[in-house]
Amino acid sequence: MALPVADQPIAKPASTVGFILKKAAISALVALALFSLMIGIRTEAGPSGQLIYWTRFGDLAAIVAAVFVGSILFELLRQWLGPVGTTVVVPPQVSKGLSVAGRLLAPALLIFALLVPVIFYNQRYLLDLGILVLTYVMLGWGLNVVVGLAGLLDLGYVAFYAVGAYSYALLAHYGLPLPLLSTAYPFITVEHLQLGVWSFWVLLPISGLLAAMWGVLLGFPVLRLRGDYLAIVTLAFGEIIRLVILNWQDLTGGPNGISGIPRPTLFGIPLTPGDDGLAAMLGIPFSPTHRLVFLFYLILALALLTNWVAIRLRRLPIGRAWEAMREDEVACRALGINITTTKLSAFAIGAMFGGFAGAFFATRQGFISPESFTFQESALVLAIVVLGGMGSQLGVALAALTMIGGFELFRGLDQYRMLVFGAVMVLLMIWRPRGLVGHRAPSVFLHRERTTIASDMVKEGRG
Amino acid sequence: MDYFLQQLINGLVLGSIYGLIAIGYTMVYGIVGMINFAHGDIFMIGGFIALITFLILVSIGLTFVPVILLLVLLVSMAVTALYGWTVERIAYRPLRHSFRLAPMLSAIGMSFVLSNFSQVAQGARVKPVPPIITGGYTLHESDAGFAVQLSNVQIVVVVTTVVLLVIFTWLVARTRFGRDMRACEQDQTMAALLGVDVDRTISMTFVIGAALAAVAGMMYLLYYGLVDFFMGFVAGIKAFTAAVLGGIGSLPGAMLGGLAIGLIETFWSAYFSVEYKDVAAFSILIVVLIFLPTGLLGRPEVEKV
Repeated sequence: MALPVADQPIAKPASTVGFILKKAAISALVALALFSLMIGIRTEAGPSGQLIYWTRFGDLAAIVAAVFVGSILFELLRQWLGPVGTTVVVPPQVSKGLSVAGRLLAPALLIFALLVPVIFYNQRYLLDLGILVLTYVMLGWGLNVVVGLAGLLDLGYVAFYAVGAYSYALLAHYGLPLPLLSTAYPFITVEHLQLGVWSFWVLLPISGLLAAMWGVLLGFPVLRLRGDYLAIVTLAFGEIIRLVILNWQDLTGGPNGISGIPRPTLFGIPLTPGDDGLAAMLGIPFSPTHRLVFLFYLILALALLTNWVAIRLRRLPIGRAWEAMREDEVACRALGINITTTKLSAFAIGAMFGGFAGAFFATRQGFISPESFTFQESALVLAIVVLGGMGSQLGVALAALTMIGGFELFRGLDQYRMLVFGAVMVLLMIWRPRGLVGHRAPSVFLHRERTTIASDMVKEGRG
Repeated sequence: MDYFLQQLINGLVLGSIYGLIAIGYTMVYGIVGMINFAHGDIFMIGGFIALITFLILVSIGLTFVPVILLLVLLVSMAVTALYGWTVERIAYRPLRHSFRLAPMLSAIGMSFVLSNFSQVAQGARVKPVPPIITGGYTLHESDAGFAVQLSNVQIVVVVTTVVLLVIFTWLVARTRFGRDMRACEQDQTMAALLGVDVDRTISMTFVIGAALAAVAGMMYLLYYGLVDFFMGFVAGIKAFTAAVLGGIGSLPGAMLGGLAIGLIETFWSAYFSVEYKDVAAFSILIVVLIFLPTGLLGRPEVEKV
């Protein structure tokens, strides 16, 4: 990439009303040209298959007017905020207070998360939402290992989520294949072991391991690729997995998916209204909320496990190697770090947590289909990681909360949801390319004093 | 043999559509070094604009097909080019000097915006059009009764592609703009010092790429007779595969890669399975990037520290 060319205008005089109006008029004109066909005219296949159309000039006028007003407001806002590039000087007391608040935020959030089922016991909707948020927190933390720590841009993370979900669903459905040796021909027979109430607990680690295996499988061919190429290959990989699931009808049920996936049990005790259920054992009346509370704590535990492993790994040589590789792969190789194992381990560990989350997703829903594993999911998880500041565990958790919560706010406007999501992603990149938590604390220090490196000082690795 | 010949024709037609989209990818990658993820959706917008223009022209009473086609082509190129310009202006220009992932993510966001915009604006259902160009020729009829057909639509698609490629090649090789573009590709700072307006050149690159994608969208509409809001995603990835296969940054390579992908996809569907044709295309992308990262006509990239 070339050096920044002096493209900032030099001390432009304060723009006048005329300038703003002219700019807004141009924007409105462009909007008119863009939207007059796409919005002004609506096409639809008529009853006889013939294409019909009708006009919507009212909507068109409204949108063009909105662009005009929006453009004026944007220009005013920009003048009020001052030119880009000026740094706001924060007084030391404020920044100190902020850092104390920041240190207290993580424990506070954790305590809040632990108390959620107690506070919102009677609000099933909120509990469900909490489970969803925590699933994405876990996915975000898992992907953070690959993207945030190792600097490998992975656009196909949902593939591992799918592998985990389908591994669990298929193994629970068909039973765990066990090869048995025998003395008679053909010497080896495969027995399918049905796991019953224990299926979730046995298959959870297996799903994770299978996903990790797929991570290594993907990792091998892409060892030499970086940056954009790596992104596009992982995307292709994610799509291949989805297309194979979609088309391998005999095994996966194709677009119909798999239903009747066994629900999780409290270490063998089912959460059902029956006589052997948890409620009957404890002698309390059965309520379907018990399962929700259980699922909530289950995913919380899984997410915290992900977080703990990621934090611990960061302090091990492998974690250091990831971060070194993120900053400069060539230098890393020159220092004798084995890039192959470093990359593969990042893919495998990220994929493993994706697999765990997938197995949890399958057991929570009881039904899975390829529709849940589209590229949009990958983009959503990646957006969470990027919004969270790439590498910051707390940032990812906050980003997941914001994103999924924001998605829920737009639930009523179902078809506008992805439109808004895309627009937010663009605006976020322009406004804060490094996410909400915009700094990365280095893990290793040469001197004793801890300093944080401002985001703009960190030279991003090429990945 | 006849079956093979028929698939060859189909593959070349499909390949020219992919090639037209791939040029947009390869041009943008050459000049700003980013994958314009939203380019596939620009192609989809081009198809929609062509559809709507066609509908209007027919309903105001135009019946002479060549005039309709020419007008549809011009309108869809112009409007889609404006989409390309706007996308660059809003989503990529502010990130010109940002860190490397930023434009990529912004492009993914823009891709969602475009595809969901047309879903909201035009509905989620597939839009069919009656065949506009009908008729064709039978090239050869075998004893078994299998006839090799060359339809007029296929001729129109291939001829339009060739004519546009000639104009485009002339534009890049002979004009002031083409020189500016190649200069910016090599060294933006130096080009700026020598009086080339880098921002304008980059904008123009997006405009031309979008105009070519609009042509591809219109050809897709003519050839398959339908558009829908989701068609940009898969077509975009395949066209990107084509650009990589041909060697990203190389313009003849993009066309060559497009033809190769079109042929591979058609033959795969014809001889193996239709369901897995996208899997085949994606696998080729992976295989090419692993074994031939510079593509067929690309220059090897030197790693600088």
